[in-house]
Amino acid sequence: MQGSQVQLFVTCLVDALAPQVGRSTLAALESAGCDVAFPEGQTCCGQPAFNVGLNDRAREMAEHTLDVLDGSEGPVVLPSGSCTEMIVHHYPQLFAGTDREEQAKRVAGRTRELSQFLADQENPPPAGCAGCTVAYHYSCHGLRGLGLDTTADALLDGVDRVPLEGDRECCGFGGLFSVEMPAVSAAIMDEKLDRVLASGADVLVGSDISCLMHLEGGLRRRGAETKVKHIAELLGAADDV
Amino acid sequence: MSEPVTFLARAEALVGTHEANAIDNGARTLLKKRDAVAADFPIMEELRDRARAIRLHALNNLDRLLAHFADRVEEQGGVVHFAGDAEEARSIIAAILDETSSKLVVKSKSMVSEEIELNDHLQSRGVEVVETDLGEYIVQLAGDTPSHIIAPVLHMTRQDVGGLFEDQLDVDYTDDPTELNQIARDHLREQFLRADAGISGVNLAVSESGSVVIVTNEGNGRLTTTAPRVHIALMGMERIVSRWEDAAVVLEVLAKSATGQRLSVYTNVITGPRRPEDNDGPEQVHVVIIDNGRSEILAGETAEILACIRCGACLNVCPVFRSVGGHAYGTVYSGPVGSVVTPGLHGMEPWWELPYASTLCGACEEVCPIRIQIPSMLLKLRQRAASEGRLPGWLEKGMTRYTRTATTPEKWRRAKKWAFWLTAPMSSRGWIRRIPGPGRGWTDYRDFPRPAKESFGEWWRLKRGS
Repeated sequence: MQGSQVQLFVTCLVDALAPQVGRSTLAALESAGCDVAFPEGQTCCGQPAFNVGLNDRAREMAEHTLDVLDGSEGPVVLPSGSCTEMIVHHYPQLFAGTDREEQAKRVAGRTRELSQFLADQENPPPAGCAGCTVAYHYSCHGLRGLGLDTTADALLDGVDRVPLEGDRECCGFGGLFSVEMPAVSAAIMDEKLDRVLASGADVLVGSDISCLMHLEGGLRRRGAETKVKHIAELLGAADDV
Repeated sequence: MSEPVTFLARAEALVGTHEANAIDNGARTLLKKRDAVAADFPIMEELRDRARAIRLHALNNLDRLLAHFADRVEEQGGVVHFAGDAEEARSIIAAILDETSSKLVVKSKSMVSEEIELNDHLQSRGVEVVETDLGEYIVQLAGDTPSHIIAPVLHMTRQDVGGLFEDQLDVDYTDDPTELNQIARDHLREQFLRADAGISGVNLAVSESGSVVIVTNEGNGRLTTTAPRVHIALMGMERIVSRWEDAAVVLEVLAKSATGQRLSVYTNVITGPRRPEDNDGPEQVHVVIIDNGRSEILAGETAEILACIRCGACLNVCPVFRSVGGHAYGTVYSGPVGSVVTPGLHGMEPWWELPYASTLCGACEEVCPIRIQIPSMLLKLRQRAASEGRLPGWLEKGMTRYTRTATTPEKWRRAKKWAFWLTAPMSSRGWIRRIPGPGRGWTDYRDFPRPAKESFGEWWRLKRGS
């Protein structure tokens, strides 16, 4: 298959903790007709350091990521709204007035979140979740940071969606906030989980593995049956690649 | 290096309490009203843009607007005082009360008076101070502090208030809001008539006419500023607009964002003391304009926070605020706006951790009528805290190690493998129930996924690599 070239940046969490989401992302992109490349040497976008205010560390990781991505062809696609926002909005700020500024803007201009990219394709893959009901959680950085309030809806058109109260409210993850202020993070999570359970959904779906592993970890602690999946897992099967 | 204790300790004590639940319910009710009125108002978004432009213009011309305002107030027979800090403000107010032999003071709601801890100071000088805003009256009766910038007793239910009135005012228990209101009104009416001076806040000063505007929903502000002989208005020095047409826009978005009202019930405009032809009004009007750290904020990276009109919408929408309430923040200004204002007014020590009391979800900026970029400012304050070496050692050292790994692909590859093997003893079926060390915060409340045996990068190298 010789489709348009796409660079896959899987993000550190998917790489190390949820590789099946990376393979599903790959499958979804390929079934949309993309020729997917995986830029070698990719690690972490630097957001964890940026969010706690350690900008020098963030800049080091951003420089590494820019060097990994710059020079490749086509859009850079990430299965994460949060890391996409880091590259799109914060890289140009981090390097403003430096000799990296042009490079940061160049890469930022090519970078897309997965649902954003797929919803724009002529033939996005159909979402599948046979016999199950789906609740969708809109993660904050994709929703408010990138303004992606309809792209996932478009992709999930074919699945049995159930309403989730407060689906645009934060889940309480917040990066290192979840570890620095765990009681507060968990209080916000608990309200979210109550609503997920009240929705009656079989599967909770989202577009950011960070929020999802926090919510899944909470559901497991409660002994709940609800499954948690990244939207990529509904759009492509990890075993198909 | 200090440990982050204040917010965290207070917050942990508040999570899941009766108080936090009351806050969550109350904040959500206010927010629903705000959303309903905003959706019903066709030019809300346009008004927000205009309000933002008006407030930023005011900040950029603050010295000129304040000077003009002061001249106009004095032309009308009022007196303007500038106070550099809280102590100076308290002395000025105490001196006015001394000179006018004022022994009983009624107050309408003023966050600045809380900021400068006025009540304690006046009471220690033998002045009796009575709060007349229903919420503040309850706070005063309970010996408590406000938990929300516009709804001081958001942390109490009406049953709580009924119990308090029964204990403190020697009345029969009721939790009917109308009856509770009447009880407070009966107790307050007499104070208004006896009071020597009234102290109010200022929602907005209008430079062109030298007027101060006070909005309330209870009418207590009107009595406070007209019944006693002396009126003292306290304002933060940023709380000003240039013209009346600017004030109209700001008052529109204020009422809608704060309480979901089209306009507050009472909009009082005070332009100087009573004139000979007036039927009522105070003999003296004093406006105390307070800096108390604002100049420093204005000169720094978070200057835009001074454009805030104190509607409280960012509190109502904040998941952190809703989980813990205003008391967790340790000062009168809570929630997202407080986390920017407080370190600015009172310094980074010990307030530097407030900017970390946020998930950076962005809901505050989305709801703010002035579209203040609060998350960006929280990040700037975090950068300042980090560069001042305030972060806990494990975080700073850990991030340095992580950065070294993440900028060396070979180390990254090995680290992923180690992560899988090292977590073997603590894992069960792909999940970790307890992480030792700083990561414990995670597993105190949730499971953590075990790192994969084969990372995505490894999989690609083996299956797809060239």
